[in-house]
Amino acid sequence: MSTTSQIRASFLERWRSFRLATWLGWQIESNWADPFLFAIYSLIKPLAGTAILVVMYSIITRSDFASPVFPYIYLGNAFYMYVGQVMTGISWAVIDDREHYKTMKYMVIAPLHFPTYLMGRGVARFIIATISVFVTLLFGVLFLGVEIDLAQVDWLLFIASMLVGVVMLAMMGLILAGVMLLLAHHSWGIGEAVAGALYLFSGAIFPLEVLPPALRPLGFLMPVTYWLELLRRTLVGPVAQAFPTLAALSNLQLMGILLGLTLAFALLASFSFRWCMRLARERGLIDLVTNY
Amino acid sequence: MKLLDDYYTITLRQPNKFANFRRKTMDFAILSEHLGRVYKIRGAKKAEAKQIIALQDVNLEIRPGELFGLLGPNGAGKTTLIKILTTLLAPTSGRACVAGFDVQKEAPKVRPRINMVSGGESSGYGLLTVRENLWMFAQFYGIPSRQAHQRIDELLAVVGLADRANSKSSDLSTGLRQKMNVVRGFLTDPDVLFLDEPTLGLDVGASREVRRFVRKWVDDDPTRTILLTTHYMVEADELCDRVAIINQGKVLACDAPATLKQRLQREAIFRMQVSPLNGSGLGALQGLPGVRKVSLHEQNGASTLEFILEREDAIAAVVNALTAGETRILHLQKREPTLEDVFVDLVGRSIEEVERAEQAEG
Repeated sequence: MSTTSQIRASFLERWRSFRLATWLGWQIESNWADPFLFAIYSLIKPLAGTAILVVMYSIITRSDFASPVFPYIYLGNAFYMYVGQVMTGISWAVIDDREHYKTMKYMVIAPLHFPTYLMGRGVARFIIATISVFVTLLFGVLFLGVEIDLAQVDWLLFIASMLVGVVMLAMMGLILAGVMLLLAHHSWGIGEAVAGALYLFSGAIFPLEVLPPALRPLGFLMPVTYWLELLRRTLVGPVAQAFPTLAALSNLQLMGILLGLTLAFALLASFSFRWCMRLARERGLIDLVTNY
Repeated sequence: MKLLDDYYTITLRQPNKFANFRRKTMDFAILSEHLGRVYKIRGAKKAEAKQIIALQDVNLEIRPGELFGLLGPNGAGKTTLIKILTTLLAPTSGRACVAGFDVQKEAPKVRPRINMVSGGESSGYGLLTVRENLWMFAQFYGIPSRQAHQRIDELLAVVGLADRANSKSSDLSTGLRQKMNVVRGFLTDPDVLFLDEPTLGLDVGASREVRRFVRKWVDDDPTRTILLTTHYMVEADELCDRVAIINQGKVLACDAPATLKQRLQREAIFRMQVSPLNGSGLGALQGLPGVRKVSLHEQNGASTLEFILEREDAIAAVVNALTAGETRILHLQKREPTLEDVFVDLVGRSIEEVERAEQAEG
């Protein structure tokens, strides 16, 4: 087989893996309840999460919703929903297929690209997160005074940031999926746990300056920090730049750093997933069922 | 780490040991040389860690067109071997090739050419219908949608599941899900199909249908190969061209069922139903002159003894010994040797006894 046809075959295999996994993921995520209940759940869940934050903010600042701190926190929190959903969506598929549906061994021996398959399984959660983020933003604009002027939004940068950000989150999810391959069923919470831990170090709800100096480098190493900053800037412009952490960096510099870190995470994900898969094969963990 | 060292010592540092291996791979659908697998089991403390030898020095040569059986009790290493051959598990020593490719180094080339069905499990996506489950797997193998649906209809009819094609698989019983899995295995028309206890969990009628279809599938195309594991003697005897008897990770014998049974042509084989022995008296019977092997099955309050005797007249001593011990003989039958007898002859115990002993040891 020539190199060109090998590349074509590899691309087709990945596309097939992604397309079918996306379909499967959506069937699983959307069919557990009837459509009406699913729609209600998709609306209530993000609003309930946001309400907690808004009430806390209201009590601490005595309802100072006019402060630029509020859109900073509100937007950071809204877009952070993607972090948990995408990372969990990809990594949870390992546990779901292996322990629950007992199909992982059949997936592994099928001629599909397994990492791409897992990323496809995360798409459904990405779509659900998108609905949640949209509902949260709409609620903020309509009822809480978050000012997003659609005419002022830098749409090109917003779309580019979203694309790079989603790839970055997928790579982080793949790293977690590799870890899941080596763990038993109680690893179900790892996606949420990691997302929860990163919440503090990504500038989602407060600037990195608030962190103790020893912990700040962790925040600067996280691509999520730059991604959230870019999204805030594209949506609310100068308000976002009022915060000191990354104010000295231009949009282009932020995008450059985000791209660089995404590439680094992609390399790390590729290496770590292959390493974990090899270990899982050596230890006989690919069809591990712990009967939970 | 030592296990990995062993692997590299055997496979890399002693190339001559496998010099002919590569040349032979194309002639065989499945080929293994000195294949071994050791599991490390962690105890509560590091010092309590132990190793379990699941496979030891397994050498198999299975030609295209063969329906090859692996016969042995639970825990004999059958599933471990299948896992290695289907690229799910790495061996700790030796090498194996499937469809001409090394399972360890060329797994992506092996995978499009194989498929696998494991019995006794209810795998599948419960929220999808039977047809959707099967269609999705066919798509992963690149089968065009129309062709996939056609094959799904044909195969569902074969296993008697056609009327449930649009049922959610979560609504199916374990047996029906097993049928769906059998269809999934055949759907992709693999070069080499691995069936791990395919009739486990199926009722008698469905088992018969599946066995008939398995045989026909191989007979229809000489390039197709099946490796089937079972602990049902009848299944191996009826179905397989050749059978390897495996116990404690070792292949003890490998040949056509008829040839294996010929090993016992000179011996006399008796089945005797007696009043309950409750496990006692076997030692004394084994020590009688002319008695080669005795195995005991106890079911529903009755004891059945299976004897392999060096000569027919040795049965007299057995009858005397039993009646002297006040054991009543209910039924005595001389019969032809079966694969069960071959197993008893090789291992010293029946499959049932081996499984019972394994369970008792935990």
